[in-house]
Amino acid sequence: MVDFSISEVDNEILAQLRAEGKAGEKYTRYYEDHEEEIIPKKFDEADDFPSIMSLMKKRSFDDTPGATFQMLLIMQRAATLGVTLQTRTGGLGNAALGAAGTDEQKKKWGGMTLAMSITEPGAGSDTKAIQSTARLDGDEWVINGDKIFVTTGIRCEGVVVWATVDKAAGRAGIKSFVVMKGTPGFNIVRKEKKLGIRTSDTAAYSFEECRIPRENLLGGDESVPKPGQGSASYKGVLKTFNMTRPAVAAGGVGKAKGALEWCVDALKDEGVEVDWEASAHNRTSAQQTLIEMEADTDAAALTVLRAAWLADKGQPNNVEASVSKSKGGDVCRTVPQRAMNLLGAMSVSHDHLVEVYLRDGRISDIYEGTGQIQRLIIARNILGFSSAELS
Amino acid sequence: MITFELTEEQQLISDMLTSFARDEMAPKARDIDEASEIPQDILTAGWDLGLVSATIPEALGGSGGERSPITSAIILEKLGYGCASIATSIMAPSLFVQPIVDFGTDDQQSEYLSLFTGDYHAASMALQEPHFTFDVVDMKTTAEKNGDSWVINGVKRLVPLGTTASHFLVIARTGKDKGLANIDAFIVPRDAKGLTIENESGTQGLKPVATSSLTFDSVEVPAKDRLGGDAGIDGRRLINTVRLGGAALALGVARAATDFAIPYARDRVAFGEPIGKKQSIAFMLSDMHSDCEAMRWMLWKAASQLENGDDATKATTLAKDCINRLALRVADNALQVFGGHGYIRELPLEMWLRNARTLTLLEGPVAV
Repeated sequence: MVDFSISEVDNEILAQLRAEGKAGEKYTRYYEDHEEEIIPKKFDEADDFPSIMSLMKKRSFDDTPGATFQMLLIMQRAATLGVTLQTRTGGLGNAALGAAGTDEQKKKWGGMTLAMSITEPGAGSDTKAIQSTARLDGDEWVINGDKIFVTTGIRCEGVVVWATVDKAAGRAGIKSFVVMKGTPGFNIVRKEKKLGIRTSDTAAYSFEECRIPRENLLGGDESVPKPGQGSASYKGVLKTFNMTRPAVAAGGVGKAKGALEWCVDALKDEGVEVDWEASAHNRTSAQQTLIEMEADTDAAALTVLRAAWLADKGQPNNVEASVSKSKGGDVCRTVPQRAMNLLGAMSVSHDHLVEVYLRDGRISDIYEGTGQIQRLIIARNILGFSSAELS
Repeated sequence: MITFELTEEQQLISDMLTSFARDEMAPKARDIDEASEIPQDILTAGWDLGLVSATIPEALGGSGGERSPITSAIILEKLGYGCASIATSIMAPSLFVQPIVDFGTDDQQSEYLSLFTGDYHAASMALQEPHFTFDVVDMKTTAEKNGDSWVINGVKRLVPLGTTASHFLVIARTGKDKGLANIDAFIVPRDAKGLTIENESGTQGLKPVATSSLTFDSVEVPAKDRLGGDAGIDGRRLINTVRLGGAALALGVARAATDFAIPYARDRVAFGEPIGKKQSIAFMLSDMHSDCEAMRWMLWKAASQLENGDDATKATTLAKDCINRLALRVADNALQVFGGHGYIRELPLEMWLRNARTLTLLEGPVAV
């Protein structure tokens, strides 16, 4: 039976997550202003909160299913602006290691924080255009190329790098390699300065004749499939997007929710509130705007939950993942912008944190595939066009 | 818990109505709109699916099914997909039936519900009023207590099935205060003294559904015909039920328009390739698809609150706001995909735009 209610246990978990996120907000402005600093692995306040994992044990099997609940957690956390009180080990590269690494590789690097390095100055959403190369020289791979936008690229101990072993093979020639920090020829060029998400360290790398052991090829498969055969590993990466896209969308929806809540609370203090019974003629423009913001945010949230729920059911969710990402990408931009419209000029002041929602939220329509890439994927699916036919 | 899982019964109804909408309704929709008349056979076929009598207790001749706003939302989306005008003609009696199921006293249920368990029977709700700034929380139609009766005064407009309905559920204000909680409903037969029923001039959308204007000049209604008896009704719930009904039909129209535009964009060639290969068109279709998904979940969320017995006023307002904007945009963009062909009455695009515009303005010509 269709239902959208949240159990008491789940509400408890979500409330704690919110409290934790709020507790971290006392440090938010400092790290906005000191972007060059890496936040401590643990703040003292972390001890005030039991781990979410321990609370999760109270959940029962007839509760909201796991991946779906995960989306609620992400939205809830993203709706606050607090710094992470306790940073866990691991990065996006660990997910790749878990998905594609051999048992030996998992054992060797699993305990480390691994970043993921795909994007290049000339290859963003179009990942098959990457130019970095790996060539086999004896028992070593030699990596060359420039990489940008590496998340946790400063803090990480190693990185999973995408490079092509055969440019002519296109997508099929692209392989992943694990490169440890400190390897000669692996240079950290800079830490990027960004509009938002400033406590997330983003690095640019260059690889110059960087030599790594032959066994650092993730998964160990050196063969290059012929054109048309497709690449199992590449398809595997695309498949993980079906879970990561709703998750990233959830982050964007969370920023929209947070901006909306902030705005609703602040306006309420000054006497502006939505009357849910009033007809359109009897609403002020501000009230109508608040209703539209909430409707858009709710709608986006539901597409996220739908995509995750299908994954929980083991059903295909490729299109739904992109629907959620395009909707989440819309509201992460429009809702914080409109919240600031309603709050007026004081909302830009650093006295308040609300302006951070706009800056932090904005990334959600860019990473993990821009809104435009999502629309291409949806359109190809509903029209029955291949990526070559509709690009 | 959060789940999008349909019950087995809902899945069966959904599948059955998908076929009915595709095979029986959609092929006739264009002609019906043009003729402004719904043939009796399709009306009978739709009525005989038993959708209106489904929630009427078995003792009164109905199917005794559970009253489920989610099931209703699914039904109405499917019917709206096939043809919103036929859907309205079949389901407008639900405006009368569902509130009696929800709020009616035992006497009211046994007196009125059995009317709907046989052949097609029209009844309706009188809600809209003539002024442009009409607001359900501030209705001009009043009902005043006078001894053992209520006396109704006011004018109602755009009453669906007004030409054939045997009874109307008339929505009026009894208390002095504004607000959804202060609205009441009265069961009024069409031959009530002081009630004048007139045909209207026609409407932009839902063209084949004749609407009437009802003028109440001190119409006396016995106390027993105040819906819910002395207890009255939950006005919020009633209005939410009606608002979501129209929203569900509008969603069906939007989905139909999207599904019609997709194959056209795949086949129609311009400048040497299908127009669907052009991003300007492809992105429009992508957004139409996403909007239809979003609308359905917003509708279900509000309906599920009604189903759980919660106050769904906020969720309904949000769902209505979402669907009012998106359904209209989707229908409008579907027409744009077809260019000039969309503007010609040969194809259903212009009809869907008119229907979407109409459905998103009426408080609801049907109830979930």
